[in-house]
Amino acid sequence: MFAYIVRRIVATIPVVAIVALFIFSLLYFAPGDPAAIIAGDQASPADVERIRASLGLDRPFVIRFAEWSWQVLHGDLGVSIFTNLPVTKMIGQRIEPTVSLMLLTLLLAISTAVPLGVLAAWKQGTWIDRLVMMIAVSGFSVPVFVVGYILAYVFALSLDWFPVQGYTPFAITAPWPWLRNLILPAMALGLAFVALIARITRATMLEVLSQDYIRTARAKGVGQRPILFLHALKNAAVPIVTIIGIGFAGLIGGAVVTESVFAIPGVGRLVVDAILRRDYPIIQGVVLMLSFVYVLVNLGVDLLYTLFDPRIRY
Amino acid sequence: MIQRRDFLKTTAAAASALALPNIARGQGAKLLRFVPQANLSSLDAVAGTQYVVRNAAFLIWDTLYGVDSQLTPKPQMCEGHTVDAELKTWTFKLRPGLKFHDGERVTSKDVVASLNRWMVRDTMGQIIKTRLDALEALDDLTFRFRLNQPFAKMLFALGKNNAPVAFIMPERIAKTDPFKLINEYVGSGPMRFRQDQWVPGAEAVFERFADYSLRQEPGDWLAGGKKMYFDRIEWKIMPDAATAGAALQSGEVDWWETPIADLVPLLKKNKNIAVDIADPFGNIGALRMNHLHPPFNDVRARKALLMGLDQQDYMQAVVGDNPDLWKKLPSYFTPGTPFYTEEGGDLLKGPRNYDGAKKLLAEAGLLGSKVTLVVATDVGITKAQGDVTADLLKRIGFEVDFVATDWGTVGARRAKKEPPSQGGWNIFHTWHAGADCVNPAPYTALDAGGDKAWFGWPKSDEVQADILKWYAAPDAAGEKAAMAAINKASFENVTYAPTGFFLLYQAWRNNLSGVVKAPFPVFWGVQKS
Repeated sequence: MFAYIVRRIVATIPVVAIVALFIFSLLYFAPGDPAAIIAGDQASPADVERIRASLGLDRPFVIRFAEWSWQVLHGDLGVSIFTNLPVTKMIGQRIEPTVSLMLLTLLLAISTAVPLGVLAAWKQGTWIDRLVMMIAVSGFSVPVFVVGYILAYVFALSLDWFPVQGYTPFAITAPWPWLRNLILPAMALGLAFVALIARITRATMLEVLSQDYIRTARAKGVGQRPILFLHALKNAAVPIVTIIGIGFAGLIGGAVVTESVFAIPGVGRLVVDAILRRDYPIIQGVVLMLSFVYVLVNLGVDLLYTLFDPRIRY
Repeated sequence: MIQRRDFLKTTAAAASALALPNIARGQGAKLLRFVPQANLSSLDAVAGTQYVVRNAAFLIWDTLYGVDSQLTPKPQMCEGHTVDAELKTWTFKLRPGLKFHDGERVTSKDVVASLNRWMVRDTMGQIIKTRLDALEALDDLTFRFRLNQPFAKMLFALGKNNAPVAFIMPERIAKTDPFKLINEYVGSGPMRFRQDQWVPGAEAVFERFADYSLRQEPGDWLAGGKKMYFDRIEWKIMPDAATAGAALQSGEVDWWETPIADLVPLLKKNKNIAVDIADPFGNIGALRMNHLHPPFNDVRARKALLMGLDQQDYMQAVVGDNPDLWKKLPSYFTPGTPFYTEEGGDLLKGPRNYDGAKKLLAEAGLLGSKVTLVVATDVGITKAQGDVTADLLKRIGFEVDFVATDWGTVGARRAKKEPPSQGGWNIFHTWHAGADCVNPAPYTALDAGGDKAWFGWPKSDEVQADILKWYAAPDAAGEKAAMAAINKASFENVTYAPTGFFLLYQAWRNNLSGVVKAPFPVFWGVQKS
C-alpha cells in the first residue's frame, strides 16, 4: 500500500509538469496585456510599452518559461505583477475561505444526498422517490449563481438571518460567525452536488438491493435499516465515492462563482481577478496548486475503495 | 449530556443573534465600509492611471496643491509660492511639521524626487520637463523650478485630480523607475495604508494617520482641511453588482461608489439609502477609430460615421431612459464647465443623415468596407456602446466584424498598430471622466500627435498647434479661444467620435452625512451616526 501511495505521488510530477507547460503556453498565446491594465486607460501606447518591458513581458517564451519553471522547482510561484506580493502569500491569504467553503459544502452535500438517495431507492416508484428525483433534477438545472441570489434574497435580505456577503475566519472559541457567513454559500454550491450524489446513490442502491444476498438477508429476518445502511450502502459506496471525487472538480468551478456572488475572498475569486487582469504568475500558481490537489483527491478516493471493498488491494 | 434547559438557552441566544439587524452588529461610527468602483489591484497612482488606484491614493498621499470644486488650485502641502514675472522661476515653500506615515519629516528632497518621477509619466509634467533647467531643493522646506520657457499652468499641474497625480512620497520610494510599480505605500495623507491587512481583490484597509497636518480651511475636494471622522476605512471589493447592492441594503456596507443603473430604482425605494449623482463632471462616451488603416485613415469615413451617429441611442443604451442622466454632446469638452464650446460640432447636431453618410463613403470608395469593431463585453458601458455602433456601421454601409472580448484583451489589442487582418483593429469603445476633459492638459485622448498620440494615433498639426496655444494663453479669454479652436480642429480631423455625456450614481446609507459630488470619492468630511 505504502509503495502504491509513493508511486501515485511520484506520478503526479509529470501530470503537474504537463499542466504547467499547458497553462503557461495558454497564457502566453492568449490575448491580453497586464501592462495596459497597470498603465490605465489614459496612458499612452509608449508608456504601456515601457511598462511591458519593465515587467519582462517582452522576452521570448522559452526564457520566461525556463525562469518560471526554475522558480517553481525552488518552491517559489513568483510575484504578482500588480501587487508585487508573492503568489504563495496571496494564495495563503485566500486558502482558508475556499477550504472552509468546500469542506462545509461536502459535509452538507454528503449528509443530505446519501440519505436522500437511499430513501429514494427504498421507496422506489413512490411519491418520495419522485420528490427526491425532482429535487435532483432542479439541483442540476438551476445555475449556482441563481440559487445564490435566491438564498441571499430570502435568508439575508428578507429574513436577515445571515449576512449577504463576506467571510469571518474560523475561531475554535467562536465558530458561529464563521459558520454564519458560510451557510448560504455552502447551500448554493452544494445543491448541484446533492443532486449528483443523490442520483448516483439511488441508482447504485437499486442495483445492490436487487441482488441475491439482500434477498437472503431479508429471508433471514434482518431489519430494513440494517439491510439499507449496513449491507446495501457499504456495497454501493464505491461508485458514490468515485462520483464525489469526480464532482470535486465541479466543486472547484462552482466555488469560483459562489465566491463572487457572496464576495468571499477565496482562491476562486483570486484566480478570476487574475485572469481578468492577466496576472500570469497568480493564474499559473493557482492552476498548478489546484491540479495537484485534484490529483491528491483522486488518490484519496482510490485509497477509500479499499475501505469499502476488501477485494480491492494495491 | 445536553440538558433541555441548556439547549433552549443556547437556541434562544442564537435566534437573538440572528434576529439582530446587521447594522447593529457593525463596529460603530468610526468605521466606514466602502465598495469601490473596481478591484484595487495595485497602489501606484503615478505608474498607473486607473481611477480606482488614484482614488485610494488620495487617502494615502498628499499633494503640494489641490484643486477645489471650481478646479482652482489651492495650497495643500505648500505654505505658498512665489513666481517671477516671466512665469519661469517658481519657488515653493512647504508647510512645516508635515510627516510621512513612517514618522519621517517631509522635506524638499522628497518633493524633488517625487516630482521627477511624476514628470516622466504625466502629460503636463512632460511639458514642464521639456522646459526645465532645474528642479532643486534650496533647503529642507523650499524648492524651486527654473524653466527656460514660461509655464502658466504650474499650480494646476501640481494640484490637478487627474492621474497621474503629483503625489509626494519619501525620496527612497520616489526613486523607483516610473515605469515600475512601487511596493511600499508610505505617504503623508490623512490615512495610513495597512499593507499587512491588504487582501488584494477582497479588502484594503486604511487607518487614520494621527500625525496628519490638517489645514485650517474647510475641505473642498482636494483643497483645504482633509478632516477624517473615521479611524478606519475598509474598502470591500465586490465584483458582483447585485451583491454590492444587497450588502448596502442590509447595512453590511455604508457606501457604494458606482451602483449600476439597473439597481438604482431598487435602491431609491429603500428609505435607509440615499442615491445621488456621483460626479457632476460626468463622463464622455468615446468611439475611438484607428487612423492608421482603412477605412478610417480617410477623414471622409470618419466624418460619415459622425453624420450617422445618434448620441441618444448611445446614451440610452448606457444609462437607460432617465433623461436627467445624459445629454447630447456636440463637443469634445465637458458641458457646464467655464470653457465649454461647441465650435465645429455641427456634424453631431440635427437629424442623423444616413444617406449623406453613405454618399460620402461611396465618394471615398469605402462603401461596404469591413470594419473590425473590438468590444469589451465584460464592461457594461463599452458593451452598450459597441452594440449601438455595430448597428450604426451597418446602417451607413459598412460590413461589421464584431469582436466580442474582455477589457483585458481590448487593452492589449488597441495598442497594436498592425492592420485589423493581422490582429489590429478599426474601432474600440471607452469613456473619459468629464473631469479629465475640462481642458486639454489632462485630456490624453484629444492629442493628435500621430505616432505619439493615444490609441488610434490621430494626426493633426492644427489640433496640436491649438493645444500649445492653450498652454501659452495668458488669461481666461485666451484659454477660451484656444479651446474653441481645438474643438473645431478636432471635429475637422474627427480625432474620435464623442458618443454623448452621461452621469453615474453613487449610493450610501442614510446614516452617513457629508457625502459630496466629485470626480472621486471624497472621504474627508464624511461622518457616520
